[in-house]
Amino acid sequence: MIVASLVPLQSAIFAVVALAAPAVALTRDPLRQIVVNGFYGWALVILFSVLQAPDVALSMLVVGGLAYPIVVLIAVARVRAGKPKDEGGE
Amino acid sequence: MSRRVRIGIFLAAAASFGALLIWGFIGLTDFGHYKGPYGYVLNRVALPERHMTNVVTSAVFDYRGFDTMGEEFILFASVVGVVLLLRSEGREDDEMEDDTGSDTVRVFGTLMVGGSLLVALWLIAFGFVTPGGGFQGGVALAGGAALLFLAAGYGPFKVLGNETALDPIEGIGAGGYVVVGLAGLVSGAAFLQNVLGPGVPGTLWSGGSAALVNWCAGAEVAAANLILFSQFLEEYLVPLAGKQQS
Repeated sequence: MIVASLVPLQSAIFAVVALAAPAVALTRDPLRQIVVNGFYGWALVILFSVLQAPDVALSMLVVGGLAYPIVVLIAVARVRAGKPKDEGGE
Repeated sequence: MSRRVRIGIFLAAAASFGALLIWGFIGLTDFGHYKGPYGYVLNRVALPERHMTNVVTSAVFDYRGFDTMGEEFILFASVVGVVLLLRSEGREDDEMEDDTGSDTVRVFGTLMVGGSLLVALWLIAFGFVTPGGGFQGGVALAGGAALLFLAAGYGPFKVLGNETALDPIEGIGAGGYVVVGLAGLVSGAAFLQNVLGPGVPGTLWSGGSAALVNWCAGAEVAAANLILFSQFLEEYLVPLAGKQQS
């Protein structure tokens, strides 16, 4: 079902998602990538909300905003904490 | 491999993938138009049959409850795998460092833990009335506990991320789902069939068995994510603590 008043908003958010997705892939530094990915996840949450799928938006919110960044952040922190000490300083 | 060859391979792959994508999109229905009958049928029958105002949850935990059970066990198995790989013996929790610098962060962060846990429980409890459910609420519950680590450090987090308490909760969550399903069989109906009656629409007393199954999924997902977080956190903190001592 198309809600006419929502279409401009939906198009705008589609554009944001289309820009944010390659931005995630083009970011090289993992730490920055988590932040960019968070922005991408947020854009998807807004997209699902304006497409009137609040359950999917909530799932995206908890996975993109909590579970995924926590696991990746800890993994990145672990790798960075291990490296300089093994090599004797940066 | 030279840059030229790589770009050549990329262009060929991108062109064929793009062609497939465009071909696929041409066959789609127009934006905003839905072809399948399943959604229309559920929209019509979910409220009268199951008394659940959130039709999505009625599909996830009732009409397609068996699929959700499979998904729950995928999560269960993967977390068991992570624990098998990462859990090691002889760790001393006292060695973990506790280095939140600012008192303001500690106070307000810890206050927010309570708020986020409350929101998470609300998401689970009202999952079949308003958007939400066991999965979303479960992850939010684990996220609230992770906030405790960020705000107050590893010691307080360990109270919530305690694996001797979490392992049984995860097991009971996964097993409870099957038990509710078997209750349907025992009472002479189908597996996972609602045996408690539909209840009053729009209240917590709606959904019948689906409400129980929803709480089981919430417990399983919350415990699974917390176990995952605390395993990763230990992996991050333990070698650091060991190295600082030596």
